[in-house]
Amino acid sequence: MSERAASVTPAEEQDDEQPDADAQIADGAAPDATEESETTPEPVTTGAEAVVRALENAGVEYAFGVQGGAIMPVYDALYDSDIYHVTMAHEQGAAHAADAYGIVSGEPGICLATSGPGATNLVTGIADADMDSDPMVALTGQVPTAFVGNDAFQETDTTGVTTPITKENTFSSDPDRVGTDVSEAFALARDGRPGPTLVDLPKDVTKSETDREPDDPRVPDTYEVQERADEEIVAAAAERIENAAKPVMLLGGGVIKGEASDVCREFAIEHEIPVITTMPGIGAFPEDHELSLEMAGMHGTGYANMAITHCDALIGIGTRFDDRLTGGIETFAPDAELIHVDIDPAEISKNIRADYPLVGDAATVVEQLCEAIDASPKVAKWRAQCQQWKSDYSMAYEAPEDEPVQPEFVVEALDEATSDRAIVTTGVGQHQMWACQYWTYTEPRTWVSSHGLGTMGYGLPAAIGARLAADDDQEVVCIDGDGSFLMTLQELSVAVRENLDITVAVLNNEYIGMVRQWQDAFFEGRHSASEYHWCPEFDKLAEAFGARGFRIDDYDEVAETIEAALAYDGPSVIDVHIDPEANVYPMVPSGGDNGQFALTEEQL
Amino acid sequence: MRRGLDGPAPEERPTPEGRRNDQGIRIDPEVEATHLPRRTVISTLVQHEPGVLAEVSGLFSRRQFNIESLTVGPTDDEDRARITLVVEEPDPGIDQVKKQLRKLVPVISVRELAPDAMRRELALVKVDAERPDQVAAVADMYDATTVDSSPETATFEITGARQKIEAAIETFGQFGIREISRTGTTALARGTAETAAPVSATESATDQPTQQDQYTADDD
Repeated sequence: MSERAASVTPAEEQDDEQPDADAQIADGAAPDATEESETTPEPVTTGAEAVVRALENAGVEYAFGVQGGAIMPVYDALYDSDIYHVTMAHEQGAAHAADAYGIVSGEPGICLATSGPGATNLVTGIADADMDSDPMVALTGQVPTAFVGNDAFQETDTTGVTTPITKENTFSSDPDRVGTDVSEAFALARDGRPGPTLVDLPKDVTKSETDREPDDPRVPDTYEVQERADEEIVAAAAERIENAAKPVMLLGGGVIKGEASDVCREFAIEHEIPVITTMPGIGAFPEDHELSLEMAGMHGTGYANMAITHCDALIGIGTRFDDRLTGGIETFAPDAELIHVDIDPAEISKNIRADYPLVGDAATVVEQLCEAIDASPKVAKWRAQCQQWKSDYSMAYEAPEDEPVQPEFVVEALDEATSDRAIVTTGVGQHQMWACQYWTYTEPRTWVSSHGLGTMGYGLPAAIGARLAADDDQEVVCIDGDGSFLMTLQELSVAVRENLDITVAVLNNEYIGMVRQWQDAFFEGRHSASEYHWCPEFDKLAEAFGARGFRIDDYDEVAETIEAALAYDGPSVIDVHIDPEANVYPMVPSGGDNGQFALTEEQL
Repeated sequence: MRRGLDGPAPEERPTPEGRRNDQGIRIDPEVEATHLPRRTVISTLVQHEPGVLAEVSGLFSRRQFNIESLTVGPTDDEDRARITLVVEEPDPGIDQVKKQLRKLVPVISVRELAPDAMRRELALVKVDAERPDQVAAVADMYDATTVDSSPETATFEITGARQKIEAAIETFGQFGIREISRTGTTALARGTAETAAPVSATESATDQPTQQDQYTADDD
């Protein structure tokens, strides 16, 4: 939190003249902390009120959802609550918005849906949050308990369906217990390794009378989290780092979730250790710092992949060594001993065997490491090598005036036009990779994307959640692709209704671009179902929704259009017609050797 | 126009010496270490509530752990049940089984049992009883109890280690087996050792498997 507060830049106070969209919402409806503490809340009388009280006790300000039959009692209780409910166009949008809210704010995002189709529509968003360890609470309506198991109208075994994709889920069967179930779900979503939790709420349980106030959010007794790592292993790891000739720090999403960015930065800078991030770890370390090698993996930078392949000590913090990062296991950091910091013991040695397993909270363990290290490793030669790779494999691109607009140029132009604290959300595909590669991230919680699950359509609903969690002076930019945007663009209606200041830049190449890239490389250019020449005109569509629409076809339109879209106080969509043949490089083919990344199609 | 980025091509780049095996372990070129699967018993204490067994079995199926048998039953504490799992995996897999089980919120403790733990299975075997004397002799040999008999069939109950039951089934085979039902292994640690005492997170994370013994002599 301190990082976010500390880095307000004067450049970003430009929005001051315009009344900010969320400020209006906040003034109008969101709870005011001081007011709330002065009035004693009414005692709860129903299960539904206990559910809402549990959320209020947890400090929830926003909830995202869609009404429906079985969840109606909860919505009825929300009617009297200060929690601001954002009605989404589709439950998937609610889940992604809650997910993004959780990423940006650090507190679990809340989504609600009714039973059956409502609950199943949440599933993609829950699975997404689960893969990325994002804190989120899903509350689903359920048919009355007497009907459960009878294939009643709008019945789905929601806890059964979501067991593999939640950190924990509960079928709440007791009105005296339902509030506490929600409190517990909130605590479980947030504590330790974050993740999505779900409480299934049968209609009779929420309608029933109860005077039982929910307990405060706390995790069950059987849930244990280890904060501090074993001192002996810390000492051994510290010694290994001291003796390393080619050390690299690999910062994952856990660094951001564990609020460990500051201490990791101090550690890296003090000992001059080059830093790589995973995709979820983007923002954990400033990418404009000399030590930063940016992102490694399938579409990571060439220098990051060279460094990770040739290092002799890999300090992995809060990362689960996903295959998009490692490529083939056999060739991943093959000479490196692995020091692995993670709060979840099951991540240690799951994919890559850890030589120094350090279970604990990222910030705490890195502080332990700081204390245990007596001398910095001698890394002058290694750092020079990394710098050499940085110039050998620079991320420069060509943008000739006579060619269609290159996507990299648009991403860089957006980055330049916004502050360091601007939040970027994306869908999934080529545009997402360009947004990783060509935007310079410097702050945690400014990169909001679907990493593990790779959910197309994530960008726009995520921008809605991010907007509500962000500070007023932070711009929210959604960099989307035409295919991704088409999947959830109905959420534009929500952005318009709430007058949310979001800028969507659709990098439109009329393809499912990443698939087209793979088809060109691995399927003899047979573009089976990847051509989207039937795309609507997104700028006009935006106008139809009541948002502002813009279109870019040429380089000379880029800067001024972006400026106009950012200046517009409300949702705007820029339909950017980019070079349809543009591809993402570098690229490590699936399961390949990170050190053998391709820079061109011929090298694949 | 050439599309892509500049820089030395793959064949112009240095490549590291080392390699990892498919279990993510750095290989010493001299000794290539790949763990072979071994059979082991994992005992876990869980909250006695609906859905826990589904959570545990679902975990096994979605993570593709090779499960040999699973038994579950109440304990002396009515709030807790014991699940006994027999798995066959390489060491890193067994380690993952334990860690992933431990992550489930209703799971109280997870322990891998020592090779000398008491392991028992029960089988019901229904055989043709055309030669009653010989059938009885075989039953006697394996301490099998007669549960039911009819003019055509006899059903025996056999308890013991898995190998004994398999041997008994094989021997009964000569008479013609009509049906078999087996329970899977249940187990307890020997002596004063606790079967599923809570394990701290550190222990389960850093605990590198030490028991290399294969459970070949699967009995007591």
